[in-house]
Amino acid sequence: MAIESEVLVVGGGLAGLTSALAAAREGADVRLVSYKQSSLRHASGLVDLLGYTSDGEGPIVDPYAAMPGLPDDHPYRTVGVETVREAMALFDNVTDYRGDHTDANALVPTHGGTIKPTARYPAGAAAGLASDDRNVLLVGIESMTDFDAPQAAAHLEAAGVPFDVRGETIRFPGDLRADAKVTRYAKLLDANGEVAVRGRTRGARDALAERVNTVHGNEQRVGFPAVLGDQRTDAVRGALEDRIGTDVFEVPMGPPSLPGLRLEEALFEALEESGASVETGNPVVDFDAEGGEIETVYIEKNGALIPNRADQYVLATGGLVGKGIESDRDSVREPVFDCHVAHADDRYEWFDGDAFGDHPFAQFGVETDETLRPLAADGRVEFENLRAAGSVLGGYDFAAEKSGSGVSIATGYVAGNTAATEVR
Amino acid sequence: MGSPPHIAVIGGGSTGAGIARDLSMRGLDVTLVEQGNLTHGTTGRMHGLLHSGGRYAVSDRASARECIEENRVLREIATHCVEMTGGLFVKRPEDDEEYFQEKLRGCRTCGIPAEVVSGAEARAMEPHLAKDVEKAISVPDGAVDPFRLVVANAASAIEHGARIETHSTVRDVLIEEDEVIGLEVEHASGAGERVHGKEGGREEIRADYVVNATGAWAGRIGEMAGVDIEVRPSKGVMTIMNVRQVDTVINRCRPKGDADIVVPHETTAILGTTDEEVEDPEEYPEERWEVDMMIETLSELVPMLEDARTIRSFWGVRPLYEPPEVGSTDPTDITRDYFLLDHAERDDLEGMTSIVGGKFTTYRMMGEEISDHVCSQFGIDAECHTAEIPLPGSEDFTVLRDYMDEFGLRSPIGRRSVERLGSRADEVLNTSDPNPTVCTCEGVTRAEIQDAIAGSGSDLNAVRIRTRASMGNCQGGFCCHRLAGELHGEYDESTARAAWDGLLEERWKGQRHALWGEQLSQAALNYALQATTQNRDRDPADGDPVDFSAFDGGVGADGGSGTAGVATDGGPRDGD
Repeated sequence: MAIESEVLVVGGGLAGLTSALAAAREGADVRLVSYKQSSLRHASGLVDLLGYTSDGEGPIVDPYAAMPGLPDDHPYRTVGVETVREAMALFDNVTDYRGDHTDANALVPTHGGTIKPTARYPAGAAAGLASDDRNVLLVGIESMTDFDAPQAAAHLEAAGVPFDVRGETIRFPGDLRADAKVTRYAKLLDANGEVAVRGRTRGARDALAERVNTVHGNEQRVGFPAVLGDQRTDAVRGALEDRIGTDVFEVPMGPPSLPGLRLEEALFEALEESGASVETGNPVVDFDAEGGEIETVYIEKNGALIPNRADQYVLATGGLVGKGIESDRDSVREPVFDCHVAHADDRYEWFDGDAFGDHPFAQFGVETDETLRPLAADGRVEFENLRAAGSVLGGYDFAAEKSGSGVSIATGYVAGNTAATEVR
Repeated sequence: MGSPPHIAVIGGGSTGAGIARDLSMRGLDVTLVEQGNLTHGTTGRMHGLLHSGGRYAVSDRASARECIEENRVLREIATHCVEMTGGLFVKRPEDDEEYFQEKLRGCRTCGIPAEVVSGAEARAMEPHLAKDVEKAISVPDGAVDPFRLVVANAASAIEHGARIETHSTVRDVLIEEDEVIGLEVEHASGAGERVHGKEGGREEIRADYVVNATGAWAGRIGEMAGVDIEVRPSKGVMTIMNVRQVDTVINRCRPKGDADIVVPHETTAILGTTDEEVEDPEEYPEERWEVDMMIETLSELVPMLEDARTIRSFWGVRPLYEPPEVGSTDPTDITRDYFLLDHAERDDLEGMTSIVGGKFTTYRMMGEEISDHVCSQFGIDAECHTAEIPLPGSEDFTVLRDYMDEFGLRSPIGRRSVERLGSRADEVLNTSDPNPTVCTCEGVTRAEIQDAIAGSGSDLNAVRIRTRASMGNCQGGFCCHRLAGELHGEYDESTARAAWDGLLEERWKGQRHALWGEQLSQAALNYALQATTQNRDRDPADGDPVDFSAFDGGVGADGGSGTAGVATDGGPRDGD
């Protein structure tokens, strides 16, 4: 017996979650299956729309205004600017993110000390914006090699930020191992667990604030690496603000990224509330198609093939990073439905000679029609009832443009909405 | 007796560093200049094989004898650089039986311990060997870390009073009345350049004698001195796998050929190689077919290589030399022996000798011979001790005990640190500060990074070769910025940022030859982490000024209207 749904979404990253949410909110019976860990744990948790044009112009102040100037085959051009706005409204509705009060991008300091343009940021990053002219103290943790606060501060100054910024490194109170994972810090702060400082035990939040107060001058805001709690991040930040007497913010970090994981959790919660069913940890390994439509996909679970049937399907398996696009020495492919992926025959034409050059691999992905249905090499629709969303799409370089989250949200929204409309 | 003669050694590869150590131990005054990092030329681009001599046991028995002799020496003096993996010469059904027997006889004639093992025995040693491998000859091949070995030689030379200048390019050989009297050297410097030894400007280094140990670059120095040195540079590719498919050196038992060796090296296995003459030791094509050939041909010996993950490929240039009258047309026919060219005898130019040809395994022997030659110029009768006195790091291996408790390191990281540092582990790791891991792939801690920075300056590529940081699976994707952070403090932000860029570009260069499958996925992830999260591709600090007031200044600020900063102290933070 096959597991039935009206819409089946393959992939549990930002695009898959958004499309499942969009379809469920349209009233469809939705099921989402995902295999690998979502790449959100690698992502900063910032939600970018468009920071630079395809020609590298930027940072862009108004991403919506710049979208019509993108190349014709860019996913934003496929779905249209107004649809991007609708999609962002859905995102704003289900998360506690900031930045929706303006169309303008924000410039957010990140852990290496650069600033990057982004459209939405977690509440915990709000006090850190680079266009805010209050002075900043960055606090690094001695054993946390991903964030060197004095270097980040000097780097921000080199970028010409309109405030004074200073970096200090402190030792985290208590006796966490030198190689403790970021989640260990976060959990200790969540629980306000007892730590011993010079013979006295006290709550971790108090002890941390006290250490900061010994290096804090007259700065009006204090930034920490993004380890300020996992489940109770608002409470942790609030407690530090009370005890330090300034605004406190988190600087987004590399993997494993707590803001990315928090976002993933918020979206899964919203999806569950919407009534969709979710199955994680098992791969789609095969499918049946008939008359140009996908009939059944097979999920491998404990060695057995479990058939899943739906009327409409969404492919949101990610790009090269998420393994939704794979390659070998001779070719590039989409492994689930074997959709066409255009690429040069010679793999030496897949990359540029400079680390940050114009890399063709960054744009690998499926091409689609205007309703996001993948196209075969001859331009025909691959399957009538399959739509693609997020990084599995080709035609844009999300890293250079800073457009990854926005494209995932916008195309996920369109794919989910259209699928739900089709089954009505 | 007056002050000792001053010898200028050109070239910071294994030969130059070995000569500098030898001469300084004999009491001579030595200055070594190198245009890049130590190992910048051929030494840093070899497969890491410590020859048993087995490879030359049929074709070049003189070289084979030298190899086994030096193999034994290096096991004693460079314990922390050598891993005695053992080696096999394996025979497939299509390989010639007569050659197999000849190899065995050759090894025995040259004093190389060699035993025949059956195919089953060979597979018991190395389970991933092909099922149809018939038999093999086992020999004492090993793996050697060329970076660590050269750095240890340089450190020993410094201990004996030598001056080592890296990033210092020879611009001219100074000659007076048919005698070389010194060098004109340009030291790299300036914003964004590497900081090291002497910084910036040109320097005239007067010397009583000059040794040209520049290998494939020897002809360039020769040109400056007006003498012809016809080195025949020959390139070879090496492809690095992300894990060790084998723990023993695997050689194909057949006459010369491309793609016939797999060397287990640290966490990786290195496939090699090709042999193709090139015009210029720096400018030559690096081609797809060479990488494909390594994988396809060596899959005949170790089938799992066909679908395994490679992390990068690199090319090295052999400094081959033969007397011009021999006239070999195929570089594989050129001897691997070394030649000492005394330009006084050869070209009527006093005061300079070049050393060309030779192999990494015999670097110490070459150093000894040329040091003897230099000493004889000055009538100095000093004995060579480089074969008996261990290199720094290899003096006392009792430190391998109890390192985990002692240094508070978790077990695999502690083991790897101590393997790299050898007897220096105590001195480097004994810190009261937290010692987090900076490079997770290779298990390199902050203390080791800081030790390398102290030894090599702000060049993160020099830190890399000393520690292996950024040389694992992720190829620096996760740790380049951390290494830059480790530099900052000692060096200012712009120097740290320039070094960060330099390391990223260097890591990218070799990865380009491994961009498919898992490693393309890794490269896409690295690109995303560096460009998306860190915006390093369009870093405003490197570009035009940004109009901050045009961007979102926060809730309460009217984003886009130029009123940034309206969110005043404790300003609205709705929702908290």
